[in-house]
Amino acid sequence: MKDFQLEVNGERRTVTVDPSTPLLWVLRDGLKMTGTKYGCGIGACGACTVHLDGVATRSCLVPVSLVGARRVVTIEGIARDAVGAAVQDAWVETDVVQCGYCQSGQIMTAVALLKSKPDPSDGEVEQSMGGTLCRCGTYARIRVAVRRASSRAK
Amino acid sequence: MRRFDNTGGMSRRSFLRSSTAAAGGLLVALYVERSAVAAGTAAAPAFPPSAFVTIGADGRIVIMVNRIEVGQGIHTSLPMILADELDADWAAVTAEIAPVADVYKDPILGMQMVAGSTATANSYRQYRELGAKTRAMLVATAAERWRVGADRCRTENSVVYGPSGRSARYGELAADAARRPIPEKVRLKEPGELRIIGKRVRRLDGRAKVDGSQKFGLDLDLPGMKTALVARPPLFGGGVKSFDDKAARAVAGVRDIFQVPLTYGGSGVVVVADGFWPAKQARDRLKIEWDLAGVERADTAALLASYKDKARRTATVAAAIGDAGAIDKLGADRTIVAEYEFPYLAHAPMEPLNTIIRYDRDRAEVWMASMSGTADHLAIAQVLGLPPAKVTCHLLFGGGGFGRRGPLDCHLAREAAAVAKQLPGTAVKLVWTREDDIRGGYYRPMFVHRVQVGIGADGKPAAWKHVIVGQSFMKDSGLPFEPYLVKDGIDHLVVEGTVNHPYTIPNFHLSADHTKVNVPVLSWRSIGHTHNSFVVETMIDELAARAKVDPIEYRLRLLRPEEKRLISSMKLLRDKTAAWRSSLPVGRALGVACGTYYGSGIACAVDVSIENGRPRIHRATAALDCGVAVNPMTIEAQVHSGFVFGLSQLVAGGAITLADGVVEQRNFDRFTPPYMADAPVEIDVHLVPSTEAPTGMGETPVPVISPAVANALAALTGKRYRTLPITKL
Repeated sequence: MKDFQLEVNGERRTVTVDPSTPLLWVLRDGLKMTGTKYGCGIGACGACTVHLDGVATRSCLVPVSLVGARRVVTIEGIARDAVGAAVQDAWVETDVVQCGYCQSGQIMTAVALLKSKPDPSDGEVEQSMGGTLCRCGTYARIRVAVRRASSRAK
Repeated sequence: MRRFDNTGGMSRRSFLRSSTAAAGGLLVALYVERSAVAAGTAAAPAFPPSAFVTIGADGRIVIMVNRIEVGQGIHTSLPMILADELDADWAAVTAEIAPVADVYKDPILGMQMVAGSTATANSYRQYRELGAKTRAMLVATAAERWRVGADRCRTENSVVYGPSGRSARYGELAADAARRPIPEKVRLKEPGELRIIGKRVRRLDGRAKVDGSQKFGLDLDLPGMKTALVARPPLFGGGVKSFDDKAARAVAGVRDIFQVPLTYGGSGVVVVADGFWPAKQARDRLKIEWDLAGVERADTAALLASYKDKARRTATVAAAIGDAGAIDKLGADRTIVAEYEFPYLAHAPMEPLNTIIRYDRDRAEVWMASMSGTADHLAIAQVLGLPPAKVTCHLLFGGGGFGRRGPLDCHLAREAAAVAKQLPGTAVKLVWTREDDIRGGYYRPMFVHRVQVGIGADGKPAAWKHVIVGQSFMKDSGLPFEPYLVKDGIDHLVVEGTVNHPYTIPNFHLSADHTKVNVPVLSWRSIGHTHNSFVVETMIDELAARAKVDPIEYRLRLLRPEEKRLISSMKLLRDKTAAWRSSLPVGRALGVACGTYYGSGIACAVDVSIENGRPRIHRATAALDCGVAVNPMTIEAQVHSGFVFGLSQLVAGGAITLADGVVEQRNFDRFTPPYMADAPVEIDVHLVPSTEAPTGMGETPVPVISPAVANALAALTGKRYRTLPITKL
């Protein structure tokens, strides 16, 4: 067990955990921030996606010991970003969610895409969003919502 | 004490009770009974005080939903139905999932469950009556205050209006209204009077599911709660011979390690720890010697050979219409013989399975996203040795279900109870890792179909002989549903979609072999239709192609006249796709499929090309008739969802296979459901206008998409695809 200092959604947090603990479980079990979801634990589904210094990252694959000084932003903090709020609003307007379990990961992925490419092509949307699994099959509305958020954020 | 009526069938009796809410609001409870046979219990009902609608003094309206929300949108559509008859201000409405209680049982099924696309169909009238009766009580209260006849009052947007410009908000009336007797009979609105039903309404749970605040079972954090993981045997039914937990117990945060019985048979070793990560670390360090002696080792290749052999012989007859020998009278040039293969399929809902139980010796509390609330409640009480009344069961939002959260043997509930019983006073969350889920069985069964179709001079099927081989999870289950679903040795859930196909076929013979295999199996969204409709709809397509008739026209000529909803859907599909069907670019092809499922008719057309060796679905159009469309926005979402889920059986990585008894897939690296690029790029949904009672929609779209895509692929390559998943084009 070891102490780690993290910056999560702009706040400094200290956790005492085994250094191998993935950031996902530090967020969920340690900091009680359960908006970031466990789906597979091997980086294959994207439900656990957070931003590390703005980069969409699968938190199940990052041991807490490797987070370092990078700023962690989760679904709970993404609304403070204008693009983040625009994406969430577009998701609600488009009625994207069904069971909703994968949507934190979908939204964090979409925000990272739109921050780097404010007006992505359909191909770029599919390439960026294409690795985040949704068993409810909300993909068609995700495409619409990303487009809507893109025009909104402009 | 009231008794169940014995009229059976669809008849039911209902009565209402009201009570004043602690907060001074209006509480209405509608108790619905039906025959004890369907309820599966002969015991006299003991109804707890409970309610469906609460109106606060501030005008807030809380509507209880007697089904869990797993994505299907019922958390919005049942409140819409009630709110419409109540003339409620929709903006003031919130919804809550009802806990397990007799009052919340499905009025037709007699138990709380999410199954068979029944929610809207079975509770439509129930929720309308609840709304109308509550409204009548509010109107009567206002009329009494104003000393006018109730017939001189009208309601709109949570306000009662009376003569001379008088008005009262529901919130002002609620406390007094709750003291009134509940009317026995109320008038329900005529179709033209409905204001919320039929509108595109956004989900009530939309915002909480985009800001991370929606709690699922995996997210609940109770005081002192521990996380439990079970090390399961490598073969289904295997057990623990011995285990060494020294290294596992050395992991910081581990609280306990012990052996537990598994519901399917055999046993496992459970690790209880402070959180998921220490539990997983410790489980990985367990050294377990398994007792696998005598355990049947299912093997996909061997099963396939055996199923194909069985399919060559007539099995238990499910249907025999016309002349059984007709098929043999048609020559080989007029006969198609086809063998179809379907693998085991995992449901893999996005939220890994989990159940939370706190056992306090004389009582217990449960939190789970159960699709079988009533059955799981009773199972937990049984394992804990408590009377059901001492077990409180909270039902939660589920991160997907697709059938997996309602296993017929209640193993999720039973195993969690067996673990919790060893740790009195501690809330224990039993979690399945994704690996546990993918390897854990309870799959859509593997099937082989063998079909012989004789073609008449008119190009239509003159004779059809069909054998289905695969497991039944209902036959010999001993469940109360078994007598309704298994008749003369045939499990309807295995043959549905073929036995009741929608076409005119004069000579038809269907038999099935419900073979036994040591792999636990379960219903998978749309159950038997997943494989049956694939066979029927690809075969019909092949017949249309041989007859050189357009696949939509061929079906319209062949559909039985009584398939009214399917015919209206197919005609609507023909009209709505006319433009894109006639202008398909080179390299793209049309695929069509249709069917009647859960009372609703659906017809589907896809526009497909082949890109990088995989099907690319540019567009999918659905036309359907599900009676009254309570929320077209949700129905459209269910079509999106059903199509993508249906494609699960087509995508290359979509199979569960076994080698020498061991499941070969572990996680989403080798078991890969459809991702965005596998799904239709665009989906358009068209509804046949209707004022008939609503029918099922949650599963209806699932069966048609994969045959439609396979038919398009056949048009592109000239090959017929009869082995799923499609690994090579």
